[in-house]
Amino acid sequence: MGARPPGTLSGALLIARKDLAIEFRTRTAFFSSLVFAVLALTIFYFTWDESIVTPNDRAPGVLWVVLTFSALLGLQRSFAIEEHDRGIDALLVSPISREAIYLGKAIGNLIFLCAVQAVAIPALALFYNMPVGRPLVVVSGIVFLAMVGIVAVGTLFSAMAVNTRLAELLLPMLSLPFFVPILMSAAQAAARVFAGRPVSEVGFLLKLLVAFDIVFIFACMLAFSFTLEE
Amino acid sequence: MFGRRRAVDAVDLTLAAGDCVALFGPNGAGKTTLLRLISGLLKPTKGTIRVGGQSLRDDASARGLLGLISHQSMLYAALTSRENVEFAARLYGVADPRAAATKALERMRIADRAGAPVRSLSRGLQQRVSIARAIVHDPRVVLLDEPYTGLDAAGGAALTDMLSSLRAGGASLVLVTHNVEEGLAVATQAAVMLGGRIVRRDDARTIDQRIFQNDYRAMVLGAIDRASERVSVPA
Repeated sequence: MGARPPGTLSGALLIARKDLAIEFRTRTAFFSSLVFAVLALTIFYFTWDESIVTPNDRAPGVLWVVLTFSALLGLQRSFAIEEHDRGIDALLVSPISREAIYLGKAIGNLIFLCAVQAVAIPALALFYNMPVGRPLVVVSGIVFLAMVGIVAVGTLFSAMAVNTRLAELLLPMLSLPFFVPILMSAAQAAARVFAGRPVSEVGFLLKLLVAFDIVFIFACMLAFSFTLEE
Repeated sequence: MFGRRRAVDAVDLTLAAGDCVALFGPNGAGKTTLLRLISGLLKPTKGTIRVGGQSLRDDASARGLLGLISHQSMLYAALTSRENVEFAARLYGVADPRAAATKALERMRIADRAGAPVRSLSRGLQQRVSIARAIVHDPRVVLLDEPYTGLDAAGGAALTDMLSSLRAGGASLVLVTHNVEEGLAVATQAAVMLGGRIVRRDDARTIDQRIFQNDYRAMVLGAIDRASERVSVPA
C-alpha cells in the first residue's frame, strides 16, 4: 500500500486530535475539572475575613491551588482512556515512536488544561476583584508556562500510575514533588505581577520557568518509553 | 519470564509468506504471551523476533508490517467505527485513510454501522470493527488472538473470508484459538503449546482433523492432570 508512518510531530498531533475528539464527545474530564475550579474559587472566597486579608492578597495563592489540582484531575484521564479496551496496545504496536505518543498526550493535555484555565482565570478575576487589563494577560502567560511544565511531568506519571490499583492517589503523590520548582517560580512571578510590579522584575523567574519546562519535557520524553515496558 | 515462571520457552517459529499457523493449547499455555512477544508488546528475556528480517523492537517501521487482533478490542468507545479505523490507518501512514477505513469496514461487513459510536455496538460488532482496525493497513503479518470470540455466523464467515484473502495476498498469519475446527479451516500449520513450549507441529493441510482433535484433547487433559497432581497434597 506504500504506507509511510507519520513522523514524531505529525504522529503526536494525530494522538492529540484523537484525545481531544474523545474529550469533546464525553466532556467528563472537562466538566469535572471546571466544576472543581469554580467551586474551589468560591469556597476560598469565603474562607478569609476580608477585613484582615483582602481578596487581592488571596488571589495568587488561590490561583495556584486551583490550577494544580484541576490539572491533576485532567491528567488522570489522559491514560485512563487508553486503558479501557487497551487502546494503548494499538498505539504501541503501530509504527509511530514512543516520543510521538508522549508528545501527543502532552499536547492534548495542554490544550485541555488551557481550556479549563480560560474559564477559571476570568472567574478568579471576577471573584477576587482583580485588574482585568495587562496584569491578567501577563499572569495568563505565566500560567501557560507553568502548565507546560505541569503537563510534561503529569503526562509521564499519568502513564506510570494508570496500571496501578491506586492510580488516583499515586499520580498526585508522584507528580506534586516535581511540580514544586515550577509552582515556586510561577507563583512568585504571578504574585509580583498581581501586586502591580513591572514585568521586567519577574524576568528572571520567567526564564527559570522556561528552563524547567525544557528540562522536564526532554527528561520526561526520554523516560516515557521505559514506563511502557512490561 | 513472569517472575520465576517461563511463560514461553524455546519457541522457534518461522513463517513464510502466505503461511498460517494455528496455535492451540489450554489456558495458560503461553499462546497470548507468544503473540505479545511477536507484536513487540513484551520484551523477550532471550532470543529475537524478526519480521521481514527486521527486529520489531529496534526498527519502528517494521511494526507497520504487523496487525494485531487481541482479546481487548483496542477501540475508543466514544469514537465511531469509522473514526477508530481511520485513526489506525493514519497511525500507519496509509495514503488514503478514509478510503482504506471504508474498505476494511466493508470487508468485515460492518460498513452500515460506520457512523455509530463503538460504545453503542454489541460485543460481536465491536469485534468486527476491531478486526477492521487491525487489517486497515494491509499488514504482512497478522496476529490473531481468539478472533472468532463473540462473532456470529456472518461475522465468522467474514473473518474466514478475510483471512483467506490475506493469505492469498501473501500475508502470514498466527492464529491463536481453542477451536480446532476453526483453526484448521484456515491454517497451513497446526501447533500445540503446553507449558510455554510448542510440543507438536503438523502440516494442517494433510492432517486428519478427527485424529488431531483427539490427540489434542488427550494432550490437554494429560497436562491438566499433571498440573493437578503437582498441586495436590499427599495423603
